[in-house]
Amino acid sequence: MSEITAEQVAHLANLARIDLSPEEITRLTAELGQIVDSVAKVAEVATPEVPATSHPMPLTNVFRADVVVPSLSVEEALSGSTDRDGDKFRVPAILDEE
Amino acid sequence: MKKAELMDYDKALELFEPVLGFEVHVELNTKTKMFCGCANEFGQGANTNTCPTCLGLPGGLPQVNAKAIESSIRLGLALGCEIAEYSRFARKNYFYPDTAKNFQTSQYDEPIAFNGQLTIELESGRQVTIDIERAHMEDDAGKLTHVGGATGRIQGADYSLVDYNRGGVPLVEIVTQMIEGGEADSPEIGRTYVAAIREIVKALGVSNARMEEGNVRCDANVSLRPRGSGKLGTRTETKNVNSLRSVERAVRYEIQRQAALLAAGGTITQETRHWHEDTGITSAGRPKSDADDYRYFPEPDLVPVAPSRAWVEELRATLPEPPAARRKRLQADWGFANLEFQDVVNSDLLDAVEATVAAGASAQSSRKWWTGEVARLANVAGVSADSLVEPVQLAALIELVTAGTLTDRLARQVLEGVIAGEGTPLEVVEIRGLAVVSDDGPLIEAIDLALASQPDVLAKIRDGKVQAAGAVIGAVMKAMRGQADAARVRELVLERAGTAE
Repeated sequence: MSEITAEQVAHLANLARIDLSPEEITRLTAELGQIVDSVAKVAEVATPEVPATSHPMPLTNVFRADVVVPSLSVEEALSGSTDRDGDKFRVPAILDEE
Repeated sequence: MKKAELMDYDKALELFEPVLGFEVHVELNTKTKMFCGCANEFGQGANTNTCPTCLGLPGGLPQVNAKAIESSIRLGLALGCEIAEYSRFARKNYFYPDTAKNFQTSQYDEPIAFNGQLTIELESGRQVTIDIERAHMEDDAGKLTHVGGATGRIQGADYSLVDYNRGGVPLVEIVTQMIEGGEADSPEIGRTYVAAIREIVKALGVSNARMEEGNVRCDANVSLRPRGSGKLGTRTETKNVNSLRSVERAVRYEIQRQAALLAAGGTITQETRHWHEDTGITSAGRPKSDADDYRYFPEPDLVPVAPSRAWVEELRATLPEPPAARRKRLQADWGFANLEFQDVVNSDLLDAVEATVAAGASAQSSRKWWTGEVARLANVAGVSADSLVEPVQLAALIELVTAGTLTDRLARQVLEGVIAGEGTPLEVVEIRGLAVVSDDGPLIEAIDLALASQPDVLAKIRDGKVQAAGAVIGAVMKAMRGQADAARVRELVLERAGTAE
């Protein structure tokens, strides 16, 4: 069994801005532990000859030419926002007073 | 804002050894953003250059800008870096309103360029070699405006506004190794290093390199180590240092602030600090904490960048002469004294003088005209000197002076005509009828007239009082409305005074 703790799950949830109930934390602690164990099994099989990979496709250097394509209109861009001020997105205060 | 205690700078250096580090962000001047085809340009109104990819909307997929990769590799090479054979993008996860995707697409353990070196020269002539740890690619954040509150700053604002036009613009972040041994020169090292980076990206043409527009931005890390201690102090990272002068001031300020705090038995908090250009102080931002647990992971939507060695060598061949080497070469070629050369460099007229010399003018005349009359007129007009007149036009003007067609005074009038769009220097000379009268006939006529009307002066000249000739020369120059060569007039005056009876 891996060493994932409830504290780690709560910390991760906080970083990811996910609100978890104590029950969810308990359940996810167990589930994440199993996932980490499963990955560890794979790591046992991977020998030094098998390089780490981040992508299933054996592709590199997929580039786009530096050519401008039309953007969204301002109205389209702002259409999903809950609040706006003129052509800008409006967001709540970020920091408290010093 | 509470003003921090500062220790006298010399005293601070007696007690502590400053250790520096810099992160310089360079905004590339590609036509489009890093991962989408939105225009990389500003000034068209807020949120005009956005799309699902740079707004982080569902379904948006990034596509790497080939030109940005090319620019990053060239910049890496210019900084003496090795270029990675295999490089990847990673997500740096954090929540902040200027980052619509909730992550910045950056590079983590496999940057495009690493292990570089840049040698800078301080005003004293001291050379300092800065080790570059890495130069990696990433995308820029949007622009926040804070509304309400007493100061218009983020602290105490009622709310903030976001413009995502800058979100997704390609950046290269250049990270130095720790810089030790800077001592009292530390602030100047900061300024000179950032100036050198700016000069390099400008010479490469990969960035507009205007600090006032945020094309080059610096974060300065400063920590103090007590003398005789092997242990590094806690560092602060000062952000938002966006002019060369501010880099120097911010480093100096942090040295003095940290020294006062440490000497009073306090401790330094490892934190981000904000530089305030207006008041010249730094203030605490958020402390480094959980928020810096960025949970980097490889960007699943992008495949690795693996530049072939052939491509890298091809790009290496496109590098311009390093700016520092170019300055040394030009100063030697032109035979300028240090002050003369500095004058040209500080006025940002190196390219202009070089082009004028290339067009056939002498180096000294080119320097004199650019830093003198052209700079003066530019200053009056509130524009940069090199935007006022073409080097080839100025070279043509200088040639007219050298050939004796124009005096300096006439040449200044011709220059004004050229700037006013009246034509080439030669055309202006013809249109305004400004050439020096080089035919001796009209000069002799005027001289004889002046001598005849001033018989006392004539007598003095004949008595050998040559300086008396000044009055006649003045009268002749006036009669010729300045369009005569004073030296030639003087010669002729003495000649006529000797022979005229």
